[in-house]
Amino acid sequence: MATTACFVIVSRNDIPIYEAEVGSAAKREDAAQLHQFILHAALDIVQDLAWTTSAMYLKAIDRFNDLVVSVYVTAGHTRLMLLHDSRNDDGIKSFFQEVHELYIKTLLNPLYLPGSRITSSHFDTKVRALARKYL
Amino acid sequence: MPPVGPRSGDAIFANVERVNAELFTLTYGAIVRQLLTDLEEVEEVNKQLDQMGYNIGIRLIDEFLAKSNVSRCVDFKETAEVIAKIGFKMFLGVTASVTNWDADGTCCSIVLEDNPLVDFVELPDTCQGLYYCNILSGVVRGALEMVSMKTEISWIRDMLRGDDAFELQVKLLKQVPEEYPYKDDE
Repeated sequence: MATTACFVIVSRNDIPIYEAEVGSAAKREDAAQLHQFILHAALDIVQDLAWTTSAMYLKAIDRFNDLVVSVYVTAGHTRLMLLHDSRNDDGIKSFFQEVHELYIKTLLNPLYLPGSRITSSHFDTKVRALARKYL
Repeated sequence: MPPVGPRSGDAIFANVERVNAELFTLTYGAIVRQLLTDLEEVEEVNKQLDQMGYNIGIRLIDEFLAKSNVSRCVDFKETAEVIAKIGFKMFLGVTASVTNWDADGTCCSIVLEDNPLVDFVELPDTCQGLYYCNILSGVVRGALEMVSMKTEISWIRDMLRGDDAFELQVKLLKQVPEEYPYKDDE
């Protein structure tokens, strides 16, 4: 498992709808803000890159010191962004694919409003389990 | 001995026209979603769903009797079995079981292990009081009322609230004797 990893889902309207710190490293107080900052900064690059390829998984698109940003863009232009310090490319790809599945299931829930925050604890548990498995 | 109707709805289910399960699930979801937006109160939505179900039930019973060939049920026990084994299979594609009879045979539970209406659904915190499948209880109530049985139906277990199955309690209030709508001398 990666020592540091931060996962966010950004809706098509650039609103973060889900956030999770999934690293196993001891938490530094300002780490969360720093991670958020790096991921936000990467959004611009995603915007440019997303239309240059038909692949959903954009691989590592940005780095900050030893932290790398990997992004997966769904067909509806929802961005799954992962900040990590491991080099496990296959694992990250599988992670994204499985979270994408979970995200679709959430979207299909008639009581969930697309673009709103994902508050389901079931979703949260599943994502954290996937992070432990793949990262 | 009168001819017995089919003991399961499989044959009928295989012959009737069907729609895609996801289309059906999502359409129902959209209705519930819209009701929640329009009525705002969860309690009101429950009532409205029940009313919609009732309106479906009073019409559906005719189609049910026309296609299923069941003969007159001798008692309420048989009625409950017919609903669970044939009715649910015919219209919803799932089979239910009947349990928990009380001593005088007027109250029982219909248990659904599987329910196509709730695929994908997860109740958010804001609608905890919602009986998502309340339309089903309305359908059963409406249908039974058309065959002169007044019933009261409530949910005992609901998978969306963390239970392991759906359980509908059906209570027979009274059997309305059939009567002519007009007087003889008119």
